[in-house]
Amino acid sequence: MDKPTFYGYRRENGRVGIRNHVVILPLDDLSNAACEAVANNIKGTLALPHHYGRLQFGEDLELHFRTMIGTGCNPNVAAVVVIGIEPGWTQRIVDGIKETGKPVAGFAIERNGDIATIAAASWKAKEFLQWASELEREECSTEDLWVSVKCGESDTTSGLASNPTVGNFIDKMDVWGATTCFGETSEITGAEQVCSTRAANSETTEKFLKTWNAYNDFIMAEKTNDLSESQPTKGNIAGGLTTIEEKAFGNLQKIGKEATYIDVLEPAEAPAKGAGLYFMDTSSAAAECVTLQAAAGFVVHLFPTGQGNIIGNPIEPVIKLTANPRTARDMSEHVDLDVSGILRREMNFDQAGDELIKMAIRTCNGRLTAAEALGHREFVMTKLYRSA
Amino acid sequence: MAAPDFLVHETKDTVGVIVVEGIEAGQDMTGWMMDTDETITVKALDPIPLGHKVALQDIKDGDTIFKYSNDIGKAVADIAKGGHVHVHNVKTKRW
Repeated sequence: MDKPTFYGYRRENGRVGIRNHVVILPLDDLSNAACEAVANNIKGTLALPHHYGRLQFGEDLELHFRTMIGTGCNPNVAAVVVIGIEPGWTQRIVDGIKETGKPVAGFAIERNGDIATIAAASWKAKEFLQWASELEREECSTEDLWVSVKCGESDTTSGLASNPTVGNFIDKMDVWGATTCFGETSEITGAEQVCSTRAANSETTEKFLKTWNAYNDFIMAEKTNDLSESQPTKGNIAGGLTTIEEKAFGNLQKIGKEATYIDVLEPAEAPAKGAGLYFMDTSSAAAECVTLQAAAGFVVHLFPTGQGNIIGNPIEPVIKLTANPRTARDMSEHVDLDVSGILRREMNFDQAGDELIKMAIRTCNGRLTAAEALGHREFVMTKLYRSA
Repeated sequence: MAAPDFLVHETKDTVGVIVVEGIEAGQDMTGWMMDTDETITVKALDPIPLGHKVALQDIKDGDTIFKYSNDIGKAVADIAKGGHVHVHNVKTKRW
């Protein structure tokens, strides 16, 4: 197929979004109630409640700020109202988001209380929302498009068909200058040597293996059994996946046959080496992984599933595809693209990849995904260790 | 060929994946070798659900299982050609 274009929102810093959210962002768990009250007052704004932000320290705290700031910076977000319990860390998030040039304002609850904070933040949210509602889409190219991938509740049909369909998409988008990302460090276990050979150069190979080894050391230190029923999950096993190695080789089909990854990212770290494929160090739990990828700036997500993972994300639309004919039939409301025809030899990977590109472009142009229509907004922070 | 009953990723693989529902013991199954586009047949020894694996050859306790031409774990029991291959007779070599 020909290189496609799409209609997106070009933000102040040049990045392109495919949604136009005004986000009400809590610094911490204490501020969720105020954020949800503001989002209730000002229809069309989006609160992102989460569980953390208090007494974190060290690398875990840095990841918290990177995720919060990155979420606000995502080009699917037009403007942000930040609410925190106290002004210092609230301002740190405001300052981080402000670097994009987008409208952002912070409100602190201490010395004001919830009610006055909600009132003041609601006025600002209304101003931002009405401003954002007049922004217009413009024609954009695949060079403007940042796409993340992650699979979930995989089964053997994932490795046979839906993951290779994503891989075909990645290979085509790589040639067209898109920026793409895969992750799931723990779920590459068994295929880590093969994955390491897909790095663009020896420095990146080394960085990948160091990252994978660190994650594996952590699992070996904490495990109480062979992770049966955790990795693979009960759902994976029901779908026919037997071992982590089998799951890993299926997982790796998502990066296609040609593309090589040009860098290894920290969780929620934005790519900085230009267009191409990136690996991000993430957990393999769907909501944690996609939340980190959205915080790194990816605007649309491809999510192949076997048994029927139903995940969405509040700011990054999640496109669901499956090759499992039972899932396509029994859980059709969650499925954006059915590629089970590959198993029946009714379509090949090239055709399936083209269909996925068409679905992605429609989604970029504004089509709501199944997860968006069903209200799936799983926003889950990755926490590295206990708070102080 | 008509729609296959099972698929095999690569020639070196010792297991295939059932891609239809309702496979019963004794059923003759047609398989598609995805890398060579060849067709093979195997008789199922067990009922095998959609997505689960079938042994393409006799496998001995302790043998490495190959899928994607790669090591995906080890047999912990003898498995006859046509048998159901899963967590009851294969374990990870990791973790």
